[in-house]
Amino acid sequence: MQWSEFFTSSVGKKFVMGLTGLFLISFLVIHVGINSCIFADLFDPSENGEMFNKGAHFMGSTVVIRILEVGLFAGLILHIVQGYLLEARNRSARSVGYAVSMGNKGSKWYSRSMGLLGTLLLLFLVVHIAHFWVKARITHTLAPVTYNGVEMHDMFSEMKAVFSQGWVIPVYVLGCISLAYHLAHGFQSAFRSVGVHNNKYNKLLIGLGYAFSIIVSLLFALMPVSMYFGWVG
Amino acid sequence: MEHYNMNLTLKVWRQKNSQDKGRFETYQVKNISSEMSFLEMFDVLNEELIREGKEPIAFDHDCREGICGMCSMYINGRPHGPWHANTTCQLHMRAYKDGDTIVVEPWRANAFPVVKDLVVDRSSFDRIVQSGGYISVNTGNAVDANAMPIEKDKADAAFAAAACIGCGACVAACKNSSAMLFLSAKVSHLALLPQGAPERKSRVLNMVAQMDREGFGACTNTGACEAVCPKEISITNIARLNLEYIGSGLVTE
Repeated sequence: MQWSEFFTSSVGKKFVMGLTGLFLISFLVIHVGINSCIFADLFDPSENGEMFNKGAHFMGSTVVIRILEVGLFAGLILHIVQGYLLEARNRSARSVGYAVSMGNKGSKWYSRSMGLLGTLLLLFLVVHIAHFWVKARITHTLAPVTYNGVEMHDMFSEMKAVFSQGWVIPVYVLGCISLAYHLAHGFQSAFRSVGVHNNKYNKLLIGLGYAFSIIVSLLFALMPVSMYFGWVG
Repeated sequence: MEHYNMNLTLKVWRQKNSQDKGRFETYQVKNISSEMSFLEMFDVLNEELIREGKEPIAFDHDCREGICGMCSMYINGRPHGPWHANTTCQLHMRAYKDGDTIVVEPWRANAFPVVKDLVVDRSSFDRIVQSGGYISVNTGNAVDANAMPIEKDKADAAFAAAACIGCGACVAACKNSSAMLFLSAKVSHLALLPQGAPERKSRVLNMVAQMDREGFGACTNTGACEAVCPKEISITNIARLNLEYIGSGLVTE
């Protein structure tokens, strides 16, 4: 079998969706982990985002991570393009629809709405990347801060500035809700798509998937909310 | 269970042939016994239509015992009607009460074109099986039952997958019109057994290729197929099929 045959088959395409999805999940673990350092402020107000700024600086200044960042964007784009191609193909498989929809009889609404949830996430990502990534990596328009003689971007102050705007909060919260539902199905579905068929593990992965989607999305949502209301920073 | 009669309103999809656009027709059926099967209710309606000089409603059926996989009605938004692990022929009218309205549609999928009314062409399933859903052995004397030991768990899983009757409810229920539950049952029941081993790799590759050619969608693991399957084929088979395909596709030259 040729590579092209494998990756253009329906199962091959879903294999790519599953792998890229798991890769993006691994990125979320890092992202939520480093960003949660802002909550150190709750325990020590003199901290003023130092731990978070150092973490962000490490991510931005380490060569290996910058190379992985290229891989991250490649994986993200592949996941998005492949997702839309699959959605288009799947929708075209039924030209005449039903008069009475099956609705939630047998499947969860969010498992049937991965395209919609993914689109909401994509729109959110455009706003999110413009808010932080572009300023930190492209235009370098962030205020500097110096710790132990090392100058770095003051991402913490930038977060406070962005999250002081009222309209940003519902956009981010909606983004996090979309993420929660996308992950609630995507987490366990990704493992199925790459072939995990042991029921003992599948049951574990379903529980783990729900826990992961709720915890990660809640932590992310708490960041803009806690900064807007002044609990942090 | 107490017997009762009921009057019902039926909205049934009528379509002269594959070219016709089709439409819903409304019928009133009277004095339907709660002990009738759903298909017997259609027989009563058809006899009435014939008496009136009208064209009877075409629908697929054969054994009427829930084992052949021919009946295929999408009833009030669910393939094979409201009962769990059930075929249309085994659905009985006690599932309904007097005055109910029942909407009956054919399976909807481009790979299952409507032939007439509620009858769809499911020969795409036959072509998928022909592309690899078999083992190549010369027939001869029956082999001794103990000649080839098979683990009990695997034999049970293979048997559970082999229970698929190929009715197509999985495709009808799936938002992507995916045939993956059907295909995974056919691949699993042979992949789990030593008899299926020699053609294990080529089987899964050829069957998936044929499924894609037939125009079925891809699986997004929503679970709607499993929920409506009259034979309770587990969605776990789909994950097994994925592994069979990935393992075969990545190593086959």
